[in-house]
Amino acid sequence: MLTRLAYRSLQSLLVTLCLLITVFATDLRAQEDLRTMIDALGEGSFAKTIEQVEALARTGDPKIVPALEALAAGDLYLRKSDRQVFLTKPAGGSLTLVDPLTGAEAGTESAGALTKIRVNNSLRRAVRSALGGLTLMSPDAGVRLQAAQTMLRTPSADALEQVEAALAAETDARVKPVLERARAAALLVSDRPDDEKKAAVAVIADAGGQDALSLLSAALSSADDNLRPELEAAISSIKERQALWSAGQNVWYGLSLGSVLLLAAIGLAITFGVMGIINMAHGEMVMLGAYTTFVVQEVIRTSFPGLFDWSLAIALPLAFLVTGVVGLAIERGVIRFLYGRPLETLLATWGISLILQQAVRTIFGPTNREVGNPSWMSGAFELGGLTITWNRLWIIVFSLAVFTALLFLLKKTPMGLQMRAVTQNRRMASSMGIRTPWVDALTFALGSGIAGIAGVALSQIDNVSPNLGQGYIIDSFMVVVFGGVGNLWGTLVGAFALGILNKFLEPYAGAVLGKILVLVLIILFIQKRPRGLFALKGRAVEA
Amino acid sequence: MITSFLLKSFDRTIVIAVAIILGLALIVPALNLLTSPEHPLHVPTYLVSLFGKYLTYALLALALDLVWGFCGILSLGHAAFFALGGYAMGMYLMRQIGARGSYGNPLLPDFMVFLNWKELPWFWYGFDMFWFAALMVVLVPGLLAFVFGWFAFRSRVNGVYLSIITQAMTFALLLAFFRNDMGFGGNNGLTDFKDILGFNIQADGTRAALFAASAVALAASLILTSGMVRSKYGKILVGVRDAESRTRFLGYRVEHFKLFAFTVSAMMAGVAGALYVPQVGIINPGEFDPANSIEVVIWTAVGGRGTLIGPIIGAVLVNGGKSVFTAAFPEFWLFALGGLFVLVTLFLPKGIVGTVQAWRAKRKDYRKAAADEAARGQSVAKPVAAE
Repeated sequence: MLTRLAYRSLQSLLVTLCLLITVFATDLRAQEDLRTMIDALGEGSFAKTIEQVEALARTGDPKIVPALEALAAGDLYLRKSDRQVFLTKPAGGSLTLVDPLTGAEAGTESAGALTKIRVNNSLRRAVRSALGGLTLMSPDAGVRLQAAQTMLRTPSADALEQVEAALAAETDARVKPVLERARAAALLVSDRPDDEKKAAVAVIADAGGQDALSLLSAALSSADDNLRPELEAAISSIKERQALWSAGQNVWYGLSLGSVLLLAAIGLAITFGVMGIINMAHGEMVMLGAYTTFVVQEVIRTSFPGLFDWSLAIALPLAFLVTGVVGLAIERGVIRFLYGRPLETLLATWGISLILQQAVRTIFGPTNREVGNPSWMSGAFELGGLTITWNRLWIIVFSLAVFTALLFLLKKTPMGLQMRAVTQNRRMASSMGIRTPWVDALTFALGSGIAGIAGVALSQIDNVSPNLGQGYIIDSFMVVVFGGVGNLWGTLVGAFALGILNKFLEPYAGAVLGKILVLVLIILFIQKRPRGLFALKGRAVEA
Repeated sequence: MITSFLLKSFDRTIVIAVAIILGLALIVPALNLLTSPEHPLHVPTYLVSLFGKYLTYALLALALDLVWGFCGILSLGHAAFFALGGYAMGMYLMRQIGARGSYGNPLLPDFMVFLNWKELPWFWYGFDMFWFAALMVVLVPGLLAFVFGWFAFRSRVNGVYLSIITQAMTFALLLAFFRNDMGFGGNNGLTDFKDILGFNIQADGTRAALFAASAVALAASLILTSGMVRSKYGKILVGVRDAESRTRFLGYRVEHFKLFAFTVSAMMAGVAGALYVPQVGIINPGEFDPANSIEVVIWTAVGGRGTLIGPIIGAVLVNGGKSVFTAAFPEFWLFALGGLFVLVTLFLPKGIVGTVQAWRAKRKDYRKAAADEAARGQSVAKPVAAE
């Protein structure tokens, strides 16, 4: 659609150019000839008109472009009185006539005095390829490229010579390969010898893609036996390449899902993995982070619209703060009384998750809330055969950044050291002067805060509703359990492995069955390795 | 042997509880059927069904208590066994509809006709017979629990890991039953039931009978679990709960004991589901929701885990509260339920019955101590007096 529009606008540009040329360098003789040929468009059957269009196309004169365009659009009329053909513009009840060659206005006529030149599909096709041929000679490389692409999409044997002429004159490196393919496509439908056709098949097969596949399939249906093996080989090679790209696309989707899982699970890896707390309210922390983003965007929308692109950057620290404080309150208020009783912790945090859900539902309503994408996160780009959306790419980058930051915090800072010490041996850590309750509270707040910033990211790709967290809680637990408790690397590997596995199963088993299969596989896997992929060894296991 | 089993299983609380439940099984249907609607003691049919539903919930909570309270296995997948039992019963009820469905197909249930299926899937065969369906109600959840437990307990998956994978199990089943091509009615589940054993399922008499059946099933399960936990087997089960490694070192095959309890519990949950479905008239994949399983845990916790009548009381109280609450303040039910989770785990870890028992035991100890004190005081006083 868009290319068509661009094509149109480029052509009107061309028209103006042509008109200027006509004004200054009028070749009256040629103009007379063209005028008669255009007038002939109004006579006879569709077949006759098609012949006339082709004859016009053979002149190679760009001046006829507006007339042909109008013909295809159904704006070309025949004046009954003198059998002259005009372009028309509606003007009140009647039509303004425009000379098809000079573009000068030529009075008005009532609709009754004119006959519309009717078009059918084959005529339209003829016009299109004629226009393609004409624009192939345009001095503007962009127009030539458009024309070559049109020729490639609608190959016709008649246009072959035009294309070849254009190819011989072509110097632009962008246009040339497209022209070559267009030539090959046209050649396939012509009656040239098989050797040339074989070369053409090779050219098209090299290009690859869905268009090439449909060109070759169309050729296969009418090909003779000599050409058949070549065509079939080319088709299967394109299909192989496509399968490879789609596998690549699956890996990409898998990485994207994996990054979402990683974000959702990484906070849990702290609370569950490091502290051994089953935090069923973890999903609600993610949800709170997403709602913080919503509130930030609302404030920005109403008060500082210019800052919208910064909304996520503002929401990140706020979400961390909000969920961190809520996490701190949960730890101090409930969880600290339940240390050493993991099953009770599970129940209490489940209760907290119900309360948080209902609270958000009461405040913000049960429906989905609109969270917008900043401009730098919307859109997509192509990489080879892959389509990559910016928001997914940013989320992958973001999840890895969060992971790295957390790893750094745990391994290289005094707080991380204390956290690890308390995890490995609480009493010993306490004896060394570490305030273990304080470390517990901060660790839990940290895990919750990370869930909150995960919520900021997930608000970009998921519906922001009170149930947002519920969708992630089981998956996140699966990731942590699969990766191995107490090990951040395990969470990283687990998240991406599950993401990719899920996306590879999807085409064969369907989305739901794929998910079920993954769950069953994890259940079986836990039987085999109850402590996950990267199990902690030594005394820490028993603690 | 059976008599000794029965004798052992009857202590005073259990006898009273069984008597009350069986009494209800007689009185409620009688008040529903024999009194006129104007009578002050008349129990309307919707209440009979509502209480019948509570009784099946109580049975489910009792099943969970057997594994959680006595064996330390916190299953977050018991709603799955409940729902499987329910689906088995639902399939029987679907087959009973016969040609009375909207599409009038004598063999295929409506949703299969709707999906343009031509023949009955193999797993639907046999469900036209009640005995077969009744067998499946017990066998399907039992088999799932057996296979699942066999793998899990053998590789010593326990504690929260077991909880999480049971939750994953019920989540996987939830997703599976939502699929139309599973052959269980997809999203809508099974509904529009007409008859059970030839009786109209909407009739007051059938409803009363279902209530009585639920009460009897609950009483029987209470006797069964009571017998189990009071036997030598039950002592070992408690040993597994309190010190699994030590029990293993003493030479018991811990996984076998756990597996047996888990399987029996799943079968009881299946029976509860089978009694639940005809009383509410529908079974759909929503019953597999992991949230349901966790709710069962809170019923048990409120009543008191490790006590047999606790879960029954908890299930009835919480669900009664839910019915009242959702009618009066629908907004606040989740606040109340969430608060219940937090408060019970923080302040009432033994549950209602457990707390009462502990309090009574303490008073008994105190009295005994006081009596001893008094006796000693006398014995000490005597020589003084003799002096």
